[in-house]
Amino acid sequence: MKKLLTTSALVVVLGLPQLAAAESQSTLDPNAKSGGNITVTYKDDVATLDPAIGYDWQNWSMIKSLYDGLMDYEPGTTELRAGLAESYDISDDGMVFTFKLREGVKFHNGRLMTAEDVKYSLDRVTDPKTQSPGAGFFGSIAGYDAVSSGEVKGLSGVKVLNDQTVEITLSRPDATFLHVMGLNFASVVAKEAVEAAGADFGKTAMGTGAFKLSDWTIGQKLVFAKNEDYWRDGLPYLDSVTFEVGQEPIVALLRLQNGEVDVPGDGIPPAKFQEVMGDPDQAARVIEGGQLHTGYITLNVKMPPFDNVDVRKAVNMAINKERITQVINGRAVPATQPLPPSMPGYTEGYAGYAYDPDAAKSLLADAGFADGFETELFVMNTDPNPRIAQAIQQDLSKIGIKASIQSLAQASVIAAGGEADQAPMIWSGGMAWIADFPDASNFYGPILGCDGAVQGGWNWSWYCNADADAMAIEADSMTDPSKVDDRLKMWSDIYMKIMEDAPWVPVFNEQRYTMKSERMGGDDKLYVDPVSIPVNYDYVYVNDVQ
Amino acid sequence: MFAFVVKRLIQSVFILLGVSFITFALLYLLPADPVRQIAGRSATAETVANIRAQLGLDKPFIVQYARYFGNLVQGDLGRSYLQKTEVSTLIASRLPASLLLMLGAIVCELVLGITMGVVAALRRGTVTDNSLMMASFIGVSAPQFVVGLLMLYVFAVQLRWFPIGGYGTFAHMVLPSITLGILGSGWYSRMMRSSMIDVLRQDFIRTARAKGLGRMRVLMRHALPNAVLPIIAMIGIDVGIFMGGIVVVESVFGWPGIGQLAWQAIQRVDIPIIMGVTLVSACAIVIGNLVADIASLFADPRIKVR
Repeated sequence: MKKLLTTSALVVVLGLPQLAAAESQSTLDPNAKSGGNITVTYKDDVATLDPAIGYDWQNWSMIKSLYDGLMDYEPGTTELRAGLAESYDISDDGMVFTFKLREGVKFHNGRLMTAEDVKYSLDRVTDPKTQSPGAGFFGSIAGYDAVSSGEVKGLSGVKVLNDQTVEITLSRPDATFLHVMGLNFASVVAKEAVEAAGADFGKTAMGTGAFKLSDWTIGQKLVFAKNEDYWRDGLPYLDSVTFEVGQEPIVALLRLQNGEVDVPGDGIPPAKFQEVMGDPDQAARVIEGGQLHTGYITLNVKMPPFDNVDVRKAVNMAINKERITQVINGRAVPATQPLPPSMPGYTEGYAGYAYDPDAAKSLLADAGFADGFETELFVMNTDPNPRIAQAIQQDLSKIGIKASIQSLAQASVIAAGGEADQAPMIWSGGMAWIADFPDASNFYGPILGCDGAVQGGWNWSWYCNADADAMAIEADSMTDPSKVDDRLKMWSDIYMKIMEDAPWVPVFNEQRYTMKSERMGGDDKLYVDPVSIPVNYDYVYVNDVQ
Repeated sequence: MFAFVVKRLIQSVFILLGVSFITFALLYLLPADPVRQIAGRSATAETVANIRAQLGLDKPFIVQYARYFGNLVQGDLGRSYLQKTEVSTLIASRLPASLLLMLGAIVCELVLGITMGVVAALRRGTVTDNSLMMASFIGVSAPQFVVGLLMLYVFAVQLRWFPIGGYGTFAHMVLPSITLGILGSGWYSRMMRSSMIDVLRQDFIRTARAKGLGRMRVLMRHALPNAVLPIIAMIGIDVGIFMGGIVVVESVFGWPGIGQLAWQAIQRVDIPIIMGVTLVSACAIVIGNLVADIASLFADPRIKVR
């Protein structure tokens, strides 16, 4: 992700430099009631709440509620809005971003947040000692390489102009930079708290967010209490949120049915999905939404016979995607291309490789494999992935390909994918790409670009197309707001080019289903928020208070 | 006796050393890379290399083990790769919950196992005997995951007698303790049955009966104490069996013990935690066995210390 970063909301924003900070009051819900507590469950423990480190399903949205960054998203949408920045200016060449901070924003310890804190936080996340999994996102900031290699401390491109102003200079145009500033990794932390806690900072929290960490019993529960001084007036609605960890999804569902849980964070267990949806009372409390996700099969272009493009196309035509979505109770829509439909840059009207086993068989015969061949399909060993792999195996056998299934632990599949000669085919389920931020480029670099096609990388098809790489760099240099459509068109072209080479079989785009208790209120879109998964805690409320 | 304990303790040190080496080697050979779990999917090759170097995972196996061992003898189990917290802190915060669960399980298996065994021995060869032995067989064979979910469904969801998982009160403890104890109760009922049958055949029981003592009194005062001793001595060994069981039971019931910690660490290749929990479990097993050996000495003086 170093050379190519990504995203789309810039489009909207670049049109209005000096975006007024005026809080869009439309985001406040007139029906909302203040007070109350909700209980959310997760299966896995929360590893850390350090915004520079946290990159898990469960802590991502927690960190969003404890911390703020310069940029933020309109709740329930992928639209960027100003966060701790009150306004910002972008230089004409798109290389210098000047952020004016809001006045009077306080950390949970009562201290005023200043531009120094912004600089400290960005320096910290990029410092190799921090070991942040998100450091690479900041690669376009001037001075990143020197910090990353450990030569110097502190990004030369981040300057504090005064207490309320910070200026960030880039080393290359980056059309996705504002999205990067909206990532958790760019959250503003209080230096004194980081230094006081040392290596244990992840078990504490000191931000400016809507909630503060009030209690954490390791392995059992976390309690977030409302930040009374929160700078967004009227928020949050809830007095507190209790997260109970170590709860199996099936147990969480039983507890929800019993009225003890408000949101099961890991969703509805696959085995119970039909039962829940079949009961009108429960189904009414399930909210469905899209997510920026694609499930795919990688075909390793370095391993024969997948080095032959016709073989890859034949496999694409052999897979019955409709049937695979049925394996997961229809909780997905069949995919035609790497980008999910809700992502800007998605190519409308492209049909992809239609399911046609006969055509696939003849294409395979033309490629010299009339009798098929034997290969291996790697898959993560948790339900429903082995069942999906079996469906893929059956489809392949219809055109003569005998695929044996290698069902392994997640880390082992990832390790096999990162070697050039280990895994001819991988089903990505359980490890599939969910976008970090809503931009077309986010599906490229690490998983389809040359940068990812290295040992230990995530480009498991080992596909490397220099033309596509060049186009990607060009697209992400298009920071001029008037060229937004051109940029998206370019990304669309890149993905179409990739589909011609067929290194992937895009299988489906998973839908999200969040279940909530009867007493919970707030717009449905808050429960399928593309950024705060599963729920945007700052904006939901309960109806049974007062 | 003292010499025996000292000898066993010295042996234990070597056992633990072996466990630490073998576990470390297995984790090293695992075809999964902990650094990539830490670095995440968006990391550049540079970030990955940097983290690998900081954790010393770029060093040869022997150097890595020597470093781990060096810290270990100083009582330092290291820091979790992903949580960044001291492993000893994580284990210390969860160990009480696991010990409590084991205590509950021991009580359950003894009460259930001894009762079933005694009843079966007294009704030897009858339908009652056969049903009880069949039940104990099921108890030994049933997967704990299934037993746990069944318990939850029947007693927590349907009957609402107990909370649906969690930790904190006595009521929370009942279902997980029974689930964990059922396995052992199967063993104990069988052992108790044969031990009881043996004792009931002994001369002193006949003498007691001949003295004119009541059937119940003979049973409670003479037969039971003698029959139960060899069984009590087995409890130490249970600790080892429980170490495996708690991984499953703690997951099902959301019990915040070290089994849950280990399970989550295994999935994320968090090697310092896996090592730490393995060593703590190994210690528990070694101590448990030692206690069992010493207890057998008291229970049955015929066993000679060599």
